[in-house]
Amino acid sequence: MSREPAGRDGPGPPPAAISARGLTRRFGALLAVDRLDLEVPRGAIFGLLGANGAGKSTVIKMLTTLLPPSGGEATVAGFDVRHQSREVRRRVGYVPQLVSADSALTGRENLILSARLYGIGRAAGAVRVAEALRFMSLLDVADVLVRKYSGGMIRRLEIAQALLHGPEVVFLDEPTVGLDPLAREAVWERLLDMRARGSTTVLLSTHDMEEARELCETVALLHRGRLAVQGAPAELVAGIGPEATLADVFVKYTGGAVEQGGGYREVARTRRTAHRLG
Amino acid sequence: MRSRGRDAPPTGWADALAAFSGQALAVADAELHKLFRDPTELFTRSVQPILWLLVFGQVFSRTRAIPTGGLDYLDFMAPGVLAQSILFTSIFFGIAIIWERDLGILQKTLVSPAYRGALVLGKGLSAGARALAQSSLVVVVALALGVRLRAEPLRWAGVLVAVLVGAAAFSTFSLVVACLVKTRERFMGIGQVLTMPLFFASNAIYPIELMPAWLRVVARLNPLTYLVDGLRALMIQGAGSAFGLGVDLAVQVGVLVALVALAARLYPTVAV
Repeated sequence: MSREPAGRDGPGPPPAAISARGLTRRFGALLAVDRLDLEVPRGAIFGLLGANGAGKSTVIKMLTTLLPPSGGEATVAGFDVRHQSREVRRRVGYVPQLVSADSALTGRENLILSARLYGIGRAAGAVRVAEALRFMSLLDVADVLVRKYSGGMIRRLEIAQALLHGPEVVFLDEPTVGLDPLAREAVWERLLDMRARGSTTVLLSTHDMEEARELCETVALLHRGRLAVQGAPAELVAGIGPEATLADVFVKYTGGAVEQGGGYREVARTRRTAHRLG
Repeated sequence: MRSRGRDAPPTGWADALAAFSGQALAVADAELHKLFRDPTELFTRSVQPILWLLVFGQVFSRTRAIPTGGLDYLDFMAPGVLAQSILFTSIFFGIAIIWERDLGILQKTLVSPAYRGALVLGKGLSAGARALAQSSLVVVVALALGVRLRAEPLRWAGVLVAVLVGAAAFSTFSLVVACLVKTRERFMGIGQVLTMPLFFASNAIYPIELMPAWLRVVARLNPLTYLVDGLRALMIQGAGSAFGLGVDLAVQVGVLVALVALAARLYPTVAV
């Protein structure tokens, strides 16, 4: 497998953090993602909006190499997700919508496992784990089993795990679903802090308009697997009218699909996550 | 938190092997942390093999109905019961991967650059270590019942390897099944269907020579037969290996390597 970034011929500006052309995914007869074009610049917090079932998680799974695309192409950190998947995985962090921290381990043990899977040496790993625990305000509970953590603490731990190896791009699939407002704001603070530090690109999926407005420079709205509209939240709102909100943008481009979207599996998954974090 | 100097990716075979081993041990280590924190499972899972020895073994040793090549029946069956306890525990191990998929742990692990084979082998090794702890309880009961165990330390080192590799092989087989069936309900049904044929079509509680010809063929294809054969020769005074200890070990290792390779290919499909 090549370690040379795809689509980068000679000197010039570095490739976009994420680039997708005609990205498509079918599940049998269902077209979950339909010819998606996406360009996410480096260092941005980019929001993927959409109702349940719009295709957000499927896009993230393709970009993180969990799911092979049925068509089109995509690069992450300059590497092709289909043909250079290991190179992509070295350079990304991922927080799934489901609760992915192991509740039978302590926070520190979860982080140590991540460090070892990413090939971080023992000494460097100990330093990074300590730093991650401090950054996420989890030092006091580092040696407590995760099953005793609050929902907000679990999410912060998962974000710490995703950042431990210094990824170029981090994918957060509905990172605040199921969290109470205080815990949600604590997660936001960490993400904004990360943006201030500069070099990590974040792609987060959400159907929380306030979250998108607070965090994202650019949002892409997905509807039934297709890109409905893309732009800065303020521009999209301004395009609707003076009194409009991001929710109005959502309704305009999805036809109010917020009440329709998502099959049984998706709804069950969201509720399960909310239950475990709550 | 972001590091400036990225850890160098493995470049040669030696680096790749070191990375592979490190990742497999990391997975096994995390699993063992969980086991030592709550070892209840070890004791509950030991009940069944101990009952086999206490009840079935003691009754059948009185009937003298099964030709065992000069061994006392309890001596003959003790390694078979040990192998059975390894099989019965390992064959349901794969359900853990379905749990991890449903919890989201698996997806996160699969997005790491760790080798899929290392993730699978790490799970297998943790099942092996689990089986070692469980086996030691069975051995203590066998000793208490007067089973004539060997005393040579080298032979017991062999038992340790056989249990570790055997449990890793059967638990990886279980992972393969889990990767194929994908749901808990289907997995439980299939697990039940698999254990009995594997156990009864082996030399665990009677010699292969007693079987009809077709079943003898099945038994010779069954990896459990080679595990029992090796354990019997290593553990029991006066017992020998029918196939040779080298063959017994080679079969176990070969099966493990083949299953790890297969499971590594199937592993990512569970997450979808």
